[in-house]
Amino acid sequence: MSGLNAFQLLNGLTFAALLFIVASGFTLIFGLLRIVNLAHGALYLTGGYAGYALASLTGSFLLGVLGAMAAVAVIGFVLDQGLLRFVRGHELRQVLLTLGVAFLLNDLTLVIFGGDTYTMPTPEPLKGAVRFAGLFYPKYRLFVLALGVVVFIALWLLINKTRLGALIRAGVDDAETIAAMGINIRRIFLLTFLLGAALAGLGGAVGGAFLTLYPSADAEILVFSLAVVIIGGRGSLVGAAVGALIVGLLNTVGQVMFPEFAYFVIFGPMAAILAFRPLGLFGKAA
Amino acid sequence: MDRRTFLKTGAAFAAAAPIAAPYVARAQSGPVRIGLLAPLTGVVAAGGREMVDGFNMYFEEHGGEIAGRKVEVIVEDDAANPDTALQKARRLVEQANVSMLFGDLLANTGLAVANYVKGNGMPYFIPIIAADDLTQRARIKNVVRVAGYTASQFPRPLADWALKQGWRKVATVSQDYTFGHEQCGGFCQTFTEGGGKVLGQFWHPLNTSDFSPYLGQLANLGVDAVFAMETGADATRLMQQYASFGLKGQIPLIGAMNMTDQSVIRTMGDEVDGVIVAAHFAEGSPDPVTKDFVARYQKKFQKLPSLYGFSMYSGAMWVDEALKTVKGNVEDRDVFLGAVMKTDLTGSPLGKVVKLDDYGNPIYDVAIRKVVKGPQGKYWNMPIAQYPNVSQFWTYDPATYMKQPPYSRDFQGIKKS
Amino acid sequence: MPHPVAPAPVPAPASRLGLAAVACGALAFALLPLVVPIYQVSILTEILIFAVLAMAVDVLAGYTGRTPLCHGAIFGVATYVVIYWSQHGGGPLTGIALGVAAATGVAAIFGLLAIRTSGVYFLLLTLALGMIVWGVCLRWTSVTGGENGLRGAARPEVLSGHMAFYYAVFAAVAVITFLMWRFVRSPFGMTLRGIRDSESRMRALGYNVSLHLFLAFTISGFFAGLAGAIYAVFNDFVSPSTVALSQSVEGLLMAITGGIGTLFGAFIGAAAIIGLENLVSLYTERWQSVLGLMFIITMIFAPEGVLGRVRDLLGRRAR
Repeated sequence: MSGLNAFQLLNGLTFAALLFIVASGFTLIFGLLRIVNLAHGALYLTGGYAGYALASLTGSFLLGVLGAMAAVAVIGFVLDQGLLRFVRGHELRQVLLTLGVAFLLNDLTLVIFGGDTYTMPTPEPLKGAVRFAGLFYPKYRLFVLALGVVVFIALWLLINKTRLGALIRAGVDDAETIAAMGINIRRIFLLTFLLGAALAGLGGAVGGAFLTLYPSADAEILVFSLAVVIIGGRGSLVGAAVGALIVGLLNTVGQVMFPEFAYFVIFGPMAAILAFRPLGLFGKAA
Repeated sequence: MDRRTFLKTGAAFAAAAPIAAPYVARAQSGPVRIGLLAPLTGVVAAGGREMVDGFNMYFEEHGGEIAGRKVEVIVEDDAANPDTALQKARRLVEQANVSMLFGDLLANTGLAVANYVKGNGMPYFIPIIAADDLTQRARIKNVVRVAGYTASQFPRPLADWALKQGWRKVATVSQDYTFGHEQCGGFCQTFTEGGGKVLGQFWHPLNTSDFSPYLGQLANLGVDAVFAMETGADATRLMQQYASFGLKGQIPLIGAMNMTDQSVIRTMGDEVDGVIVAAHFAEGSPDPVTKDFVARYQKKFQKLPSLYGFSMYSGAMWVDEALKTVKGNVEDRDVFLGAVMKTDLTGSPLGKVVKLDDYGNPIYDVAIRKVVKGPQGKYWNMPIAQYPNVSQFWTYDPATYMKQPPYSRDFQGIKKS
Repeated sequence: MPHPVAPAPVPAPASRLGLAAVACGALAFALLPLVVPIYQVSILTEILIFAVLAMAVDVLAGYTGRTPLCHGAIFGVATYVVIYWSQHGGGPLTGIALGVAAATGVAAIFGLLAIRTSGVYFLLLTLALGMIVWGVCLRWTSVTGGENGLRGAARPEVLSGHMAFYYAVFAAVAVITFLMWRFVRSPFGMTLRGIRDSESRMRALGYNVSLHLFLAFTISGFFAGLAGAIYAVFNDFVSPSTVALSQSVEGLLMAITGGIGTLFGAFIGAAAIIGLENLVSLYTERWQSVLGLMFIITMIFAPEGVLGRVRDLLGRRAR
């Protein structure tokens, strides 16, 4: 029995790690730019497809992943500079505009890649499984778990130990004052948007290997990201991590124990938090 | 693109028509308009695309004609959504004035359209929709499953084959909707009636990304084999995760034909090797007629044919052969449908003559097929055993069989021992 | 910023031009069925039904300053109830009453939870609540038919023809529109506009803002339920896609395209979206791209919508 539980626990944790990678990008954009980027799921899927195409072409998983991040960052650049700039300051317009972008991207990837399901090719060293503590667990999933931790540490260092990070934190707290201090806040915003987009692309490429890529994957990951960020709190890295753990574990447990209530398990807590504690567990008031 | 031309012709025709009577009688030399519904967007878009490809391929090979009359195929996207399917069906029937409807992929879309045509008598042909009851308890006179099959039809010979391998304990893992219930039900009933036991059944929602919760439990059950009913992306993920969690090679994986369909395995690697299902169609079959069809399909579309392409091609062929026997008379629906029910499909890519049973569903020689690496290094399905003349009722008497309830999550036909 | 546009703060008596425009529109809708092919009449019927949904969304988005993404679910709840009732032999009128009651009830529950939030959080909360309804409709197979949906027998014999049904709907929608128009111009409606423009001011003035928001949400749900109930009789079929997020999104887009805060813009929005959908899908499968582009273009160039633009151009500041 204990073997079974550890197994399910690992499943939940590895899924949570992927969710964290994707949601961290979302929460950065939401936290600093105050944009609920409903195109984030589409960025994930496009990144996944781009990564798949590159990895298949070059035979290198690493190139595929890096390429995915770059490609999605470019799309993010176009999105921010080409479209969002026309609706700055209007929260709801931004949200609805990103929703339109999500529809468009989803349809475009359908045209380009067709509706077949694609799997990001796993690199040789990560194929197969390891045996430990009576468990037989896929190496790739452990890699995802490790990657999630690495991304968390890297982002934490960035946010807390660099000047850019300090500016981002200050901007999350009070964008106006920062601008008044003469800092080029626009450039910070753009960099943050690109970083957030790149994280979505990373998620897509990495997730594409075990969750696969298919036409509705974007809506699904978006829903999870929303739940993570709402529960964890806007703009908070720790919140995204905790939110990802909660959502990831709830999802795995929910699938096993209450498959009937699959959606409720995610949307219930999300709705409850929004109704009673909109800032989430770790969010700060604007 | 041909489809666009057909579409534009159809649209222009409809727009130009004045406020006409709802049903315009046409001379028997005019074009035959066929409404084709398929999911061109959404999760099963790839299958929908192939449905259209396969269907159009037949008419392109036959000079754009059906029974000597010009054919116009009007394609509508049902978006894998029953409301949309219903809307598009209405549009095809009321605005585009088609003589027959073909298609749909997902059972819920097919059911919505079937219920609609029940009310207006429009002939509706469903090569892909496998919902059992449409040709059993809830039979509709003008709905005929040309070139199709019922969900529970093929798992039964597979269960028999499984028993012959000496397997006595299985577990099933399946998508949790009617198609899954019916396939698993067909399997479980035959398996348990033959003395086997079903140790557990796992149902999961469509589009489950993570099968690890189920695989963990399956590994510990002590079964001889796992029967999996998966389609689309779920099939891809299940087989991948089955392999990555080490179950492949430990516990044989058998399943529904959709799982190893070309639309799934053509983008996959060795995790699909050796998976066994039962089906009427195996693209690796050595039969010369099949090989020829596969070669032509591959030349045209640069890929091996999937169930979707093959079935729609065969469906078009069936209706063509039937119409030829009544000189192309689609206008008289009774004559038309009567002809379809009586006509045997002689030119099938399966290389055999296929007959319809009295309920509008075909009887097939079913192959137990295995996924192996083909000549071009890609995986395909090869037949390894045969079960001749399998109908939707297996060895049961139809009237007695239909007294038992339809398969559902709660009723899987499991015989207690 | 609680809402995308900033319409007029002060109400004024209905202008002559406005009334004339409305009369023209009504005349157009009354006469069009006589000249278009019979199939298009059912399209017109759909436009009328969804215009009511869009108006319901406008009550919240335009007049109260809260943009919701759950009205599709509320609409669909009514549809499910009417179809279910008809399946079990019930009469259409009782079914409609039950459907509307159910939708209003759901709206009240949503309202209780949602009034504490505003702006983007309100949007997300209503989105989540709508998805819970969708999840229930999808999984509660024994009652809702799950993903197969339910086939109904709600359309009475006498209304089985396209034309007869259209005019029945036309009459119903005319009455509903009149009621809604009176509602947004009533003192209650004025208070809502005040809340939209400055909640803190209204609070300071002593208004019970929460109560007003709750009632606005519930009433908006009532109208969405009416639309959903009529849709049930129109379609005689319901499935989870009727309550899905896409339904809410389309309803919102219709309201925005026509012009939030204009009420009648809903008809323009519904006609534009449904008309475009029918036209586009004749030629291509890329309707989703077109829809996405419409969102983008509307948000950048015309967030106030068609009627909003017209109003601005005419220099009018009040309705």
